[in-house]
Amino acid sequence: MALQSLDITARSATTTPVPTARQTTKVAKLIDISKCIGCKACQVACMEWNDLRDEIGTTTGIYDNPRDLSDQSWTLMRFSEVEVQPGRLEWLIRKDGCMHCADPGCLKACPAPGAIVQYSNGIVDFHEENCIGCGYCLTGCPFNIPRFSKKDSKAYKCTLCSDRVAVGLEPACIKTCPTGALVFGSKEDMILHAEGRIADLKERGFSNAALYDPPGVGGTHVMYVLQHGDQPELYAGLPKDPGISPLVSVWKGIAKPLMSLGIGLAVFAGFFHFVTAGPKEIEEEEENRS
Amino acid sequence: MSKLIQRYTAGERTNHWVVAIAFVLAALSGLALFHPAFFFFSHLLGGGTWARILHPFIGAVMFLFFIAMASRFWRFNRIVPADRQWMKRIGDVLRNRDEGLPEPGKYNAGQKYLFWVMVISIPVLLVSGIVIWQPWFAPYFPIWLMRLAVVVHALAAWVVILGIVVHVYAAIWVKGTIQAMTRGTVSEAWAKYHHRAWYREMTGK
Ligand code: HEM
Ligand code: SF4
Repeated sequence: MALQSLDITARSATTTPVPTARQTTKVAKLIDISKCIGCKACQVACMEWNDLRDEIGTTTGIYDNPRDLSDQSWTLMRFSEVEVQPGRLEWLIRKDGCMHCADPGCLKACPAPGAIVQYSNGIVDFHEENCIGCGYCLTGCPFNIPRFSKKDSKAYKCTLCSDRVAVGLEPACIKTCPTGALVFGSKEDMILHAEGRIADLKERGFSNAALYDPPGVGGTHVMYVLQHGDQPELYAGLPKDPGISPLVSVWKGIAKPLMSLGIGLAVFAGFFHFVTAGPKEIEEEEENRS
Repeated sequence: MSKLIQRYTAGERTNHWVVAIAFVLAALSGLALFHPAFFFFSHLLGGGTWARILHPFIGAVMFLFFIAMASRFWRFNRIVPADRQWMKRIGDVLRNRDEGLPEPGKYNAGQKYLFWVMVISIPVLLVSGIVIWQPWFAPYFPIWLMRLAVVVHALAAWVVILGIVVHVYAAIWVKGTIQAMTRGTVSEAWAKYHHRAWYREMTGK
């Protein structure tokens, strides 16, 4: 992936400081679900820019195509038919893909140094050449995003077009969206833009319209404007209060250094027991007697 | 020189050392993923990706040979009341004050408890390891189970590694023990002093 080696904020399995000389503006992609018509142009743009070609699948009776994210499909539209008010069918179309969490669970879980990095602009990027294929990132992610390649056993996901953003371009999906449902800019500007959209939606009767920027993962660099902000689950199971599983955060946080210390102490205890109490020997005469 | 008593057959010794070698390789490659401080261990197995690929296979080999070894030694490791007495005096044992300890059989209480810790932990390692074994088995399990399995695996590995640190140290500490596993024999004096009940049984004295 891209090589912005100076603007790294966090690097997987790294305990020393990372190069942070260059500070860049925090960016965000805003997905306004109320404007999305489900044309999938963004899916195509993603394939085009990243030179990805998924297998041709088979139809399963719903509009989701392909059926799931994969190493070749980093974004995909998920269609939900819901009746929030009885008798009033709504078709909610959510562009799924990496949320680029400010506190990324994948990065926290990853044991391979430098396989996952977070740039100072907020993008979380996989560097597959460092990936060892353990699958821990799958357990770290609260949004079920990283996918394993059957060909090379490496994990893949949306890069937020880190290569394009690094040279001042917008991500490919943004460039192609015909309705303006996808916009991109500084995170600050995107929040402002979302506020305008939410005010508009509220005026049109969506009194629970809200921005999805979940604090449980420190906020995200991909945000949604939801008509039904109080029920994110309606949107193909978008989690209401996502967070890194405590199993992952405790295990990766405090448990491991303590357990490593425990092993070290056990070895030292043995050594110092030997030099203090000494070996367990049989007295000479005993040895001779028998 | 005191006479020698056979403690382990060639087959038992081979079995033990296959487990031991597989254990060291599994522990090194596992620890590499456990904390960045140990990542350099992965280079001993050919890099991170090789360590990840080989680890579960090495673990599975270790499991199979461990089961074979455990079934050979099973009957010598039953806990008896004297073992609880022995355990109560572990402080004296550590201070090399062995006078008046209950007479251990082939194994003392410490060795027996360690045996049972291994008998529990190693199957736990296998089962939890299979749940997170990419790319062969992990795709068949839900993510919540993988999350749990990694933690259970790491905890079980920790227990086993600590147990083996104690096991290896005890072998070095108690003079004349290592030859039991390298040559198969121990001196009569060693047997009499450390495993008196077993000594009586072997020699009829
Ligand atoms: C019994 C068979 C075993 C199986 C099937 C197994 C499988 C696995 C797998 C699949 C992983 C994830 C990384 C990878 O794919 O390499 C792993 C990690 C690990 N294994 Fe094993 N393993 C076994 C035995 C052992 C043993 C004997 C030890 C050491 C005493 C051990 C220690 C570890 C550790 C420390 C980790 C890292 C856990 C973490 O990152 O928190 N494993 N094992
Ligand atoms: S599979 Fe995921 S967690 Fe494992 S090394 Fe690759 S990026 Fe890191």
